[in-house]
Amino acid sequence: MNFDLSKTQKMLQDASRTFFQRECPIAKVRELIDSEHGHDSALWTRIAEQGWTGLTLPEEHEGLALSLVDLAVVSEEIGHCCLPSPFVATTWASSLIDSSGNAELKKTLLPSLALGESIATVALLDEDSDWNPATVTMSATSSDAGVVLSGSKRLVLDAGVADTLLVVARIQDDLVIAVVDKTASGLRMEPTPGMDLTRRYYQVDFENVSAEILASGAEAEAALKRSIQIGAIVACADLLGGMEWVLKTTVEYARSRQQFGKAIGSYQAVQHQCSDMLLMNESARSATYYAAWALHENDPAGDEAVGIAKAYCSEAARLVGNSGIQIHGGIGFTWEHDLHLYYKRAKSNEYLFGDPSHHREQLAQLIIN
Amino acid sequence: MDLNLTESELKFRDDLRAWLKENLPEKPIKAESDNDPEYWNALRDWQKQMFEGGWAGVTWPKEFGGRGATSIEAGIYMEEMAAFDAPERVGTIGEGLIGPTIMAEGSDEQKEFFLPRILNATDIWCQGFSEPNSGSDVASLATKAVLDGDDFVVNGQKIWTSYAKVADWCLLLVRTDNDAPKHKGISALLVDMKSEGVSVRPLRQMSGESAFNEMFFTNVRVPAKNLIGKLNDGWRITITTLMNERANLGSSIYIMFKNNLDKLLGRMKELKRGGIRLADDPINRQKVAQMYLELEIFKLTTNRALSKIAKNATPGPEGSILKIYWSEMNQRFVQSTMEILGDQAQLQDFDDGSWVHAYLRSRGNTIEAGTSEIQRNIIAERVLGLPRSY
Ligand SMILES: Cc1cc2nc3c(=O)[nH]c(=O)nc-3n(C[C@H](O)[C@H](O)[C@H](O)COP(=O)(O)OP(=O)(O)OC[C@H]3O[C@@H](n4cnc5c(N)ncnc54)[C@H](O)[C@@H]3O)c2cc1C
Repeated sequence: MNFDLSKTQKMLQDASRTFFQRECPIAKVRELIDSEHGHDSALWTRIAEQGWTGLTLPEEHEGLALSLVDLAVVSEEIGHCCLPSPFVATTWASSLIDSSGNAELKKTLLPSLALGESIATVALLDEDSDWNPATVTMSATSSDAGVVLSGSKRLVLDAGVADTLLVVARIQDDLVIAVVDKTASGLRMEPTPGMDLTRRYYQVDFENVSAEILASGAEAEAALKRSIQIGAIVACADLLGGMEWVLKTTVEYARSRQQFGKAIGSYQAVQHQCSDMLLMNESARSATYYAAWALHENDPAGDEAVGIAKAYCSEAARLVGNSGIQIHGGIGFTWEHDLHLYYKRAKSNEYLFGDPSHHREQLAQLIIN
Repeated sequence: MDLNLTESELKFRDDLRAWLKENLPEKPIKAESDNDPEYWNALRDWQKQMFEGGWAGVTWPKEFGGRGATSIEAGIYMEEMAAFDAPERVGTIGEGLIGPTIMAEGSDEQKEFFLPRILNATDIWCQGFSEPNSGSDVASLATKAVLDGDDFVVNGQKIWTSYAKVADWCLLLVRTDNDAPKHKGISALLVDMKSEGVSVRPLRQMSGESAFNEMFFTNVRVPAKNLIGKLNDGWRITITTLMNERANLGSSIYIMFKNNLDKLLGRMKELKRGGIRLADDPINRQKVAQMYLELEIFKLTTNRALSKIAKNATPGPEGSILKIYWSEMNQRFVQSTMEILGDQAQLQDFDDGSWVHAYLRSRGNTIEAGTSEIQRNIIAERVLGLPRSY
């Protein structure tokens, strides 16, 4: 057993850290925040050139066929620089396609996603549902070409720049995943800005929209579950990278800021908060990388490990953020300081792919039943 | 990163499983009263049996009678002991703290004499560090030792000494130079608890039992050959011991937490409150899932630390992170347990008072082996590099 990153994983870590520091300094983040879609297609192309848009996809579909641990490594760096991009949406969507058994659609959709030539997202949540796909109610009717969709989806990530939407609906009791092209007639979307300035959410309405079927029934359920778990790993790693940034920034500040003639970092009330931030950061790291590994290996503990990581990292990032702001004092409460960008992103990550209560309930089912 | 067990790690695990299946005592070993001699004898027997099977001192080098296991295998060991609900290890202070200190700092003669006796439970050890006026600031200790011929003569008082009542030997910190700065005048002695002039008075803990004690030393003669390391070099030795203590305590304690959690889950499935099964109450489910996930993360971080120790040989100040983690986690656990089980949990005859005991005992966790405040000071200053606060 070896918990250390392998040599090639460490190289990936260095490469992605250097890349994002160069390509996405905080000034760039702020510029993207003010743009319409929070997305820079030229930067996206450069990310794709590194292969990171197809990191875990099979080689036959232009992917790098790397592991979920590698995906966590890159996602951590993305979180560390707070990159606004459709990375989460596209990774979720491509994992969903890849986890299905639909060879034909894999061939048509995956290569352009892997190469960064197209962007996709998943529309899961409807009016009453939560992150458990069993609670989705949006209904679809069968048609010659596949299905016809009517209804609404909320909190759809990056729908504004997505070429393809994967819509989760239901034909009677059967779950179905439908592939909707952005040009389809009857499709309407409205931005629903959230607290997180680095991510774009949309309300998407469907009125008799025709779509192809990616998967249905048990196959759709299994593919969705897997892709949501992969999404949760990405979110955890993103949280981890953000926490790391907050911790580092806060410790540096505590060392340099002087009050009462001494560095505030020499006061225990400040020191102890920093120590707790480190403790949470380290715990989040253990949980995230273990989950990535276990899910990749199809280890029996995989389901449990993902839930543990998502529940823990979500809360840890919030608490680390709380202390980070507190230790900065007034400047930490300003729009000008970058802390709030991370703090707000942590909140959207907290909800994405299920919040702590959701995962604790899933965990309870595993350990009680 | 590869968390699969290697072939030799798998073999280690399977050998241990096979041995435990054959050798685990049929009945749990339980104390009828404080310092119940039968209890301690049974624990010594169990330790001896483990030693003879090759399962004591697993991380000790083979030359000292250990198994030469890696730190990863030590982690496997703790998991398997938990899974089998194995009895408490009487030798933990000797095996985890004193043994490694003697190996690192002791003379050949000391190694030869003491090490085997630790592993086969001939000797139970205690750790005489804290004094009434020297707790967190243990370097300010006042117990005095003066060389007189071939012996040190020791006078003073120690307090909060766990196991002192049953211990055969004590690692005792004494002041041997009054004029030097406080860290530079301390020495470490290996003291026979049967020496004339040693007296032990049990102190009752808020949890009811008397696991810790006061020790009084009146003109106790300790042969000079029982000095460990050099004269006035005791502080450095203390640091070694304390680092081992922090890295170690967590491992054996995982066993206890895991068993408690399983016991709680069992109770939640049986008992009802307000007409519904405790296990079906959504708030209880949230709480128990939180306990479960915190415990699993404790194991993961421990494994990560073991991965690191495997490379760097000795535990570092990061041990303080684990110490805070498990001690405060346990305090949250027992609180959640009390909430989940409800009013009956306060009763002494409900599950033999084990919940009451766990609840109260947990308050000591953030004090023993260095308080949470001291651990946070250590992390802030030695890991994060913040300026010293004192
Ligand atoms: C169950 C149990 C078993 C024990 N077993 C042993 C044993 O076997 N051998 C042994 O030698 N000792 C043992 N101890 C003693 C233990 O190590 C001490 O109690 C501990 O180090 C604290 O010392 P103290 O009790 O003197 O408290 P103090 O040091 O007086 O501390 C009181 C409070 O002040 C805080 N404080 C002190 N200094 C600072 C500082 N610099 N910054 C911030 N806060 C500070 C502490 O955190 C604490 O909250 C045991 C204790 C317990 C509870």
